[in-house]
Amino acid sequence: MKSLLNLLIALVFFAAFPSNFAAQNILTDQAELHGNFQLDAQYYNVDTLIGAPLVPEKILSNGFMNLWYTKGNFSAGIRYENYLNVMQGFDSRYKGSGIPFRFATYSNDKLEATVGNFYEQFGGGLILRAYEERGLGFDNVLDGARVKYEPIPGLIVKALVARQRAFFSLSPGILRGGDIELNINDAFFAGKDFKTRVVFGASALSRFQDDQDPIYNLPENVAAFGGRLNIIRGKFNIAAEYGYKINDPSASNKLIYRPGQALNLSATYSTKGFGLLVSAKRLDNFDFRSDRSAAGNAYNINFLPAATRQHTYNLPATIYPYATQPNGEIGYQVELSWRIKKGSLLGGKYGTEITVNASGTNGLDKTIAANDTLGYESEFFKVGKEVYFRDYHLEIHKKFNKSWKSTLMLLYWVYNKDVVQGLKGFGTIYAPMAVLDVAYKINDKNTIRVEAQSLLTEQDGGSWAMGLIEYTYSPNWFVAVVDQYNFGNKSEDLRLHYLTGNVGYMKKGNRIMIGYGRQRAGIFCVGGVCRNVPASNGLTISILSSF
Amino acid sequence: MKYIIALLLLIPTLSSGQAKEKGREFPITQLKTLDGRTISTSDFQNDGKPIIVSFWATWCKPCVNELTNMSELYDEWKEKTGVKIIAISIDDARNMTKVAPFVNGKGWDYEVYLDPNSDLKRALNINLIPHTFLLNADKQIVWQHNSYTEGDELKLFELVKQLSEGKTIAE
Repeated sequence: MKSLLNLLIALVFFAAFPSNFAAQNILTDQAELHGNFQLDAQYYNVDTLIGAPLVPEKILSNGFMNLWYTKGNFSAGIRYENYLNVMQGFDSRYKGSGIPFRFATYSNDKLEATVGNFYEQFGGGLILRAYEERGLGFDNVLDGARVKYEPIPGLIVKALVARQRAFFSLSPGILRGGDIELNINDAFFAGKDFKTRVVFGASALSRFQDDQDPIYNLPENVAAFGGRLNIIRGKFNIAAEYGYKINDPSASNKLIYRPGQALNLSATYSTKGFGLLVSAKRLDNFDFRSDRSAAGNAYNINFLPAATRQHTYNLPATIYPYATQPNGEIGYQVELSWRIKKGSLLGGKYGTEITVNASGTNGLDKTIAANDTLGYESEFFKVGKEVYFRDYHLEIHKKFNKSWKSTLMLLYWVYNKDVVQGLKGFGTIYAPMAVLDVAYKINDKNTIRVEAQSLLTEQDGGSWAMGLIEYTYSPNWFVAVVDQYNFGNKSEDLRLHYLTGNVGYMKKGNRIMIGYGRQRAGIFCVGGVCRNVPASNGLTISILSSF
Repeated sequence: MKYIIALLLLIPTLSSGQAKEKGREFPITQLKTLDGRTISTSDFQNDGKPIIVSFWATWCKPCVNELTNMSELYDEWKEKTGVKIIAISIDDARNMTKVAPFVNGKGWDYEVYLDPNSDLKRALNINLIPHTFLLNADKQIVWQHNSYTEGDELKLFELVKQLSEGKTIAE
């Protein structure tokens, strides 16, 4: 509260008594206040059959509002959040309400200075990424000070010192770091049109956390370094990013003193109608947190997304999505996409789009060293025997005429449930899946879309089928009915239908959505974070607005 | 809490008493180009003609639908109104390298930029994508819409036409 007051004082000060460096804009530019708002609430019915947890409050809700003020080179803002009480599936450490986000920024063409909260990432985020995924309840925003400076075109320097948000408090660890990014062409060869472009970046970050452990001698200052290189020439683009972290015994790595390493490599070739991506990655003991005793999706400093296709169709997206294993994994992804030309036999009037994707992740090849505080040894380029995940799929998208279009997707997955979810006794699941999505546009405003999906497996909870009918009336309305049916469950009593209906109304920056029905337990992932959502039965309402 | 919000709401009224009806200034933030350069949103340019700014991601089906549907009409739209479409991808490190092959594969003829840590998305207070903005001759936001349903692009083009004829946007 006290810091918020300080911010407000600064804000009023800036608005009323412009200092010299900002005077021109402050006097002439118009002040603007904008923001956004979201409220999600659910009424929970008792449903023991699907294993929905009992909710004594009956109604739970999450809400937030952002208010951003800008005037010329100055901006400031706050976000109020409330969890009364926090909805099922979100971290229960979100308790009550408060203002976990407030900031003030001054910026001009070359310089940007921020105090308070800010989001930031160095390169691809291998050693630092502060970001938010509100739908997943993930927010590791930094709280401190940051300066960004562009001394010459093509060179960007950043420096920061901050603690990290954890629910309604801050991390015990303090982060200090910096990043430089140099675009060789813009910095040294401005105005010259070279075929090859090169971008180089380097970053360093240090975390301080005192050692109060009675037994272990833990490093209080843990440093991590990152380097990256991006070379672009015509249709080719090659990117490499490497990270190194000194010894950092933590709850996550079971207190070993081995240094951590991470490497991401990717190459793409693309031209009109054709694209190829090849990527590889290796993570070794690279979980980096602002509290070494942290568990769950909190206190994460770096960003380690899965190197697999990000699916959005219901069954592939939420039943067995892969989650990165930061303590050790090695994997690849290949994606080939092309477009069969319009007017050809297979292309038809609108062309046909085809995507083939294969990705695989295994454990590292580890030799456990007895009584060694380093924990294990691992050869860098050797792939471990244990399979964590496989995803092979084919997607065909075709528009037949003005009214009809369709997507067909065939997938085959291998999912090591024990490793990915940190469980025991579930083993590995083998699951072929299919998705058919057909849309029929009745006229300019009315469209009907139907989805049919299946997942076949003998293991775990057995096979699933899913059907969806959606009707949209442009530009304001949609209605959808979804049924998910666990027809392959070993227990006949659990061969249940999960039927849900949703209605939504959209106008300008606003949307309201009401749903009713049973929701299957699932895992929802975006980027590097996954959220386990338990089964539920009830009425949901979601209101959002951007203004 | 109430006082703080009330106070914050007062500030713009205090400091800009002579406010006249106009669009919202487009926030100034840095974006990445597909060939690794850093540009500023203040460099957006369409010679006084309207600009459509559409936020999307490779994994967002309705976003891709919207951009694909507009792509089929884009030549006609440009001819009639001179409108420019800018597509801003919020794909993060997981999918960022896929953006260029994806755009090429679709054959989209847009200016495409990357907002890999959602800085611009946040500055525009976007809740969810797809989210589309319409900018006037002074590059001010005069209309916005979240989500996409088939046919929305026709409504959007009506607004673009109103704008290019010098009319005020009326829904």
